[in-house]
Amino acid sequence: MPKRIKTPLSREDARKLKSGDSCLISGVIYTARDAAHKRLCELAAKGEELPLPIRDATIYYVGPTPAKEGQPIGSAGPTTSYRMDAYSPTLIALGETGMIGKGKRSPEVVDAMKKHGAVYFGAIGGCGALLSRCVKKAEVIAYEDLGAEAVRRLEVEDFPVVVIIDSEGNNLYETGRKAYLDSLK
Amino acid sequence: MRDLNAEEIRDVVKRLCIDANCRLPSDMRECISKARENEKWDTACEILDRIIENYGIAADTDRPICQDTGVACVFLKIGQDVHIKGSIEDAVNEGVRRGYTEGYLRKSVVRDPLDRVNTGDNTPAMIYYDIVPGDKVEITVAPKGFGSENMSQIIMLKPSDGLQGVKDFILKVVEDAGPNPCPPIVVGVGVGGTFDKAAYLAKKALMRPVNVRNEKPFYAELEREMLDKINALGIGPQGFGGKTTALAVNIEWFPTHIAGLPVAVNINCHVTRHKTEVL
Repeated sequence: MPKRIKTPLSREDARKLKSGDSCLISGVIYTARDAAHKRLCELAAKGEELPLPIRDATIYYVGPTPAKEGQPIGSAGPTTSYRMDAYSPTLIALGETGMIGKGKRSPEVVDAMKKHGAVYFGAIGGCGALLSRCVKKAEVIAYEDLGAEAVRRLEVEDFPVVVIIDSEGNNLYETGRKAYLDSLK
Repeated sequence: MRDLNAEEIRDVVKRLCIDANCRLPSDMRECISKARENEKWDTACEILDRIIENYGIAADTDRPICQDTGVACVFLKIGQDVHIKGSIEDAVNEGVRRGYTEGYLRKSVVRDPLDRVNTGDNTPAMIYYDIVPGDKVEITVAPKGFGSENMSQIIMLKPSDGLQGVKDFILKVVEDAGPNPCPPIVVGVGVGGTFDKAAYLAKKALMRPVNVRNEKPFYAELEREMLDKINALGIGPQGFGGKTTALAVNIEWFPTHIAGLPVAVNINCHVTRHKTEVL
């Protein structure tokens, strides 16, 4: 049975999640990818306030397609996370507790997750049409000039994810593959 | 000499951009269904079910299958007996502009790789021209997502590295990519030619239907062998473990220099999209 999670996600609750847990996220999450992360970290370096409440926030690495009339959002699946690795430790230190993406993360990101209490979720890559159905409302709150890369505030309901890396550094990419290969022996 | 207005090319490109992004080709759909039947690992089965559900929703609701609607790769086979009235390049780019705007597709192209300002209309397209016999123009639009493009690699092997070197390199690229390019993947391989020709062959290999093997038996056998080897790695759908790491390995080859053995591996995700029309 998947665990139901409500955002914002406290550090304490983030630490309770374990690698391999299937979860359904409901609440507010924020979108940001390469260009937005760069700008957020430039603001942080200057000690300025970020355009989203970063404490206990979950950031979804996505650049959606444009919404058609009557839809809150277009297709909206995850982008590859390693491109955010240069920026994530800064945001985690500022209070970010959840990241949603796909693919590997750097040791620096995992160290920051362990130190501060954060979790890395995976959504299924290439399933943007399916995932967009869980987005009930979307609103650009910063960097509109970036188009698909703008920061959006999303209200999601039962958004399906799996914990890839937990706050102890356990990694489903390693354990899942090993379990499968062991099953063949 | 047959006359053809460039506007006709524009309109076909526009239509193909939208269609390719919302409807997965039948060869891919059949291949994924077959992979699902052959998959025994629970997590992998669940993911493949979601993938099948997703392209169904996309087709039924005219939504892009994936939010990365790609850079538009446009392959033109132009018959040498056709006279095109107007600029082909402008026509293709205008078709991409209209397709990506009117089709609610994502604009993912930046005008300069270093200043990174979005062009706002997904142009320019990557255009590949082939001059062929005849009086027809064949147009293929292949939206290429970059999650998988970024996991592609090229190497200039030595002739002494031989067949084993080629096999090792293909496996290394897939292993390095791991979960990043949204497995199950399609692996396009270009062997021979020059540095750039090998990369072009790898891209071209991805245009071949996944259920069609190389016409040369040696390469057809190599494609089967490499698919088995890749699917023994255990990476699985999305990298969570399982048999289905790749759906197909397509190899294209070309003569090369006595001193060289270029090998390029171009990775594509499970949303391998391309649509073709002939004018």
